[in-house]
Amino acid sequence: MSPKASLSIAIAGSGGAGALTVGNLILEAASAAGWQGLLTRTVGPQIRGGEAAALIRLAAGPVECMPDQFDLLVGIDWLNAHRFGSEIPLGPDSLVIGDPRGGDRPDNFAQSGARIVDIPMKEMAKAIPDGRPNMIALGIAGQLIGIGEEALDRLIEKQLAGKGQLAIDSSRAALKAGYAAAAGLELGHRLPPPAARSARRWLASGNETTALGAIRGGIRFAAAYPITPATEILEWLAPALPKVGGSLLQAEDELAAINMIIGASFGGTPALTATSGPGLSLMIEALGLATAAEIPIVVIDVMRGGPSTGIPTKSEQADLNIAIYGLHGDAPHLVLAPQSVADCLFTAQWATYLAETLQAPAIVLSDQFVGQARAAIDRPADVAFIGQRARQTEFGETYKRYALAANGVSPMALPGARGGQYTADGLTHTEQGTPTSSAVDHQSQLDKRRDKLDRFAYGVHWATIEGDGDIAVITWGSLTGAAREAIDRAAHDGVNATLIAPRLLSPVQPDQFAAALKGKSRILVVEQTHGGQFHRYLRAHYELPGEVRVLNRPGPLPIKPGEIHAALTKWRT
Amino acid sequence: MSVVDLQRTCKPADYKSAVKPIWCPGCGDYHVLMSFTRAFAQLGLPPEQIAVISGIGCSSRIPAYTNCYGFHGVHGRSLAVAAGLKVTRPDLTVVVASGDGDGYSIGGNHFLHACRRNIDMTYVVMDNRVYGMTKGQPSPTTEPDFDTALSPGGTGLSPFHPLVIALASGANFIARCFSGEPNETADILVEAIRHPGFSFVEILSPCVTFRPDEKEWKSLVHPAPVATTNDPARAARRIMTDDGFNIGILYRGERRPYGPEFGAQAADLAELECEFEQ
Ligand SMILES: Cc1ncc(C[n+]2csc(CCOP(=O)(O)OP(=O)(O)O)c2C)c(N)n1
Ligand code: SF4
Ligand SMILES: [Mg+2]
Repeated sequence: MSPKASLSIAIAGSGGAGALTVGNLILEAASAAGWQGLLTRTVGPQIRGGEAAALIRLAAGPVECMPDQFDLLVGIDWLNAHRFGSEIPLGPDSLVIGDPRGGDRPDNFAQSGARIVDIPMKEMAKAIPDGRPNMIALGIAGQLIGIGEEALDRLIEKQLAGKGQLAIDSSRAALKAGYAAAAGLELGHRLPPPAARSARRWLASGNETTALGAIRGGIRFAAAYPITPATEILEWLAPALPKVGGSLLQAEDELAAINMIIGASFGGTPALTATSGPGLSLMIEALGLATAAEIPIVVIDVMRGGPSTGIPTKSEQADLNIAIYGLHGDAPHLVLAPQSVADCLFTAQWATYLAETLQAPAIVLSDQFVGQARAAIDRPADVAFIGQRARQTEFGETYKRYALAANGVSPMALPGARGGQYTADGLTHTEQGTPTSSAVDHQSQLDKRRDKLDRFAYGVHWATIEGDGDIAVITWGSLTGAAREAIDRAAHDGVNATLIAPRLLSPVQPDQFAAALKGKSRILVVEQTHGGQFHRYLRAHYELPGEVRVLNRPGPLPIKPGEIHAALTKWRT
Repeated sequence: MSVVDLQRTCKPADYKSAVKPIWCPGCGDYHVLMSFTRAFAQLGLPPEQIAVISGIGCSSRIPAYTNCYGFHGVHGRSLAVAAGLKVTRPDLTVVVASGDGDGYSIGGNHFLHACRRNIDMTYVVMDNRVYGMTKGQPSPTTEPDFDTALSPGGTGLSPFHPLVIALASGANFIARCFSGEPNETADILVEAIRHPGFSFVEILSPCVTFRPDEKEWKSLVHPAPVATTNDPARAARRIMTDDGFNIGILYRGERRPYGPEFGAQAADLAELECEFEQ
């Protein structure tokens, strides 16, 4: 996507100014008009209230990352807006609209060379009974984006239906005043018209699509301990699970949460928990138990800045190491990562299917960016991955729960089945499940658990591979969208690159990776970590041909498509 | 189930597996195993309908010695495993087995919340006032002057009072047993399993290897002198002031057990995505 193919708008305001409401209304109205888009929010450290900014990017097609620069910034007021300075990059093409009485405008907004226009939103709102400046800001943004006034008008009526006629009338009047105030203004470029609709339209966050994907894959039990930025998954599941015959239990901590889902799955119910880094750290011992006792579970880790409490509200990809290598002993398990809000649906569903099929724990590495972003997207196509656990219901003399099956997956007896009684155990065990310290049993059970994952045919979904240039951009997770956009732009500059983004991070896929890298002479690794964890992971498991460069940075600032584009176009041989 | 089936599973021996226990000769846990199998036989439950869930410790080895479905998990987390299982499989009889280290130390937090949650299960703690499996360190119920390599001269800490904590946290049934009386213990286990909600049964079970002094328990235990109460205040006073060797059912509450409301299976998962539709 070229910079002119999209339009990016930031709405900022102090606590109670209603910037986020404006952002949500813009996304919804633009989506109803046929555009696709992404909305992220950035808030101050206060638990409730405090300054907030809504960042919106709209385009005719899918939007999977934030832009290099915002085209429009509307400050309902400027109180504490400096906190967002680095998150709202502006340039000479940008337009900044603010209230001259809204406090001191942060210097860096003007230093960017952006055009500055004053509109007295507060004063205008005062002239309207019960008028609110944020509805004037909505009108200004609506006018400049090119959203029809009637569309926002209808949306306001719908949203405020419960608040009485005065609230509706005053908001409409303020909206109208905003449209009028921005009538003579123009942005640097216009938003290309929306494409004709081919699918139903969804408005959802990555955390919500993750939760739905998990249910579609078969999840019917969840255990919950709240943590930012994963809580929305659990809160979405709480009312949804009972509708499909499932249930959710609030746990006393993450140690309980993961052991609860292990208990549920032992009983035959596909089960999930969702957490972030601090919670994942507490779950590690039990993940090893699920590996050893071969109990399928799904753990969603919505990554935030770390280590320790880190930055709870901002994204990072630095849980890669703990997810892949954190378990003690040799403990093969599944690690997957979704690449966009739409892909959260697929990846959570596929992870559930794989965990159930392979009787192994699956960790899904989502992140704050994709988890809490709201997206207007085409409804993703349905996929057929539904967890089917191999089960045994008829038993002979001795049932071997951990029989050395050819594909490593031994059929499971569920409690209640007569003759299938066994004890699931984290101790090294025989094929029957009896504890042992025999070298032969230890080796053969370790082989079994490795082979069942290694020998499985994961198919094309293991990675996103696009293009055929001789530079490979290798990235993962929510950076995939930025890398795709950068590659697309580089192609217009005559630089051909290939995107390789593994969705399945563990077990590694050496043959498929080698095939994807065939003929590449240069490799650019892109990741959101301080320590280059993904680069080291690639080095450990794959042969990387030619010259390798790494573009890595920790959170909280996302890596922008322009930075990847610059790394590609500057890299001329 | 037919009458023939019932008879088939009515002998204690039907609930015992062929796996040979690793316990020291004379360990109290052998008797606890005997009480389990006797109680299951008295209840006439088919072994496959029972799940015995445990953590780590000598006492936690018990599941594999039964002929039920068993789960031998990680140290201290058995109650959480059991909660996930029982909530999703209310048809099963869930019995949780633990030790004083597993249940009161590393698993202490889960103990509080399991009592409070009151899911229908029976929690058996084999209390030997020592970490048996790791060879003799003090546990939360160990006396302050118990001298060990890890606590030279004793910990100087007063022991934790599991029954009072269970009562204060909301357990719905509280009993104390002595492993050396397997018939009485079996009878109490039967009551505990039948009682709805979270039943807590503390079994004094001597560790003959690291606490040979506990062989004396035989002469110290005595039946509780008063009848079971359903009044938590009375139960609290009794439990707080007894000598710790009172055997019997000390409290029988009337709280409604926790159980999630299961919705009917939706005809179509598509209903769930409605809220995303624009
Ligand atoms: C996480 C963890 N920490 C420590 C241990 C070591 N460990 C095994 S059993 C045990 C104590 C068991 O004591 P208790 O529950 O009283 O059981 P007992 O052996 O006395 O029956 C400990 C500390 C472990 N297995 N896991
Ligand atoms: S160490 Fe103690 S508790 Fe463990 S088996 Fe031996 S006697 Fe029993
Ligand atoms: Mg003990």
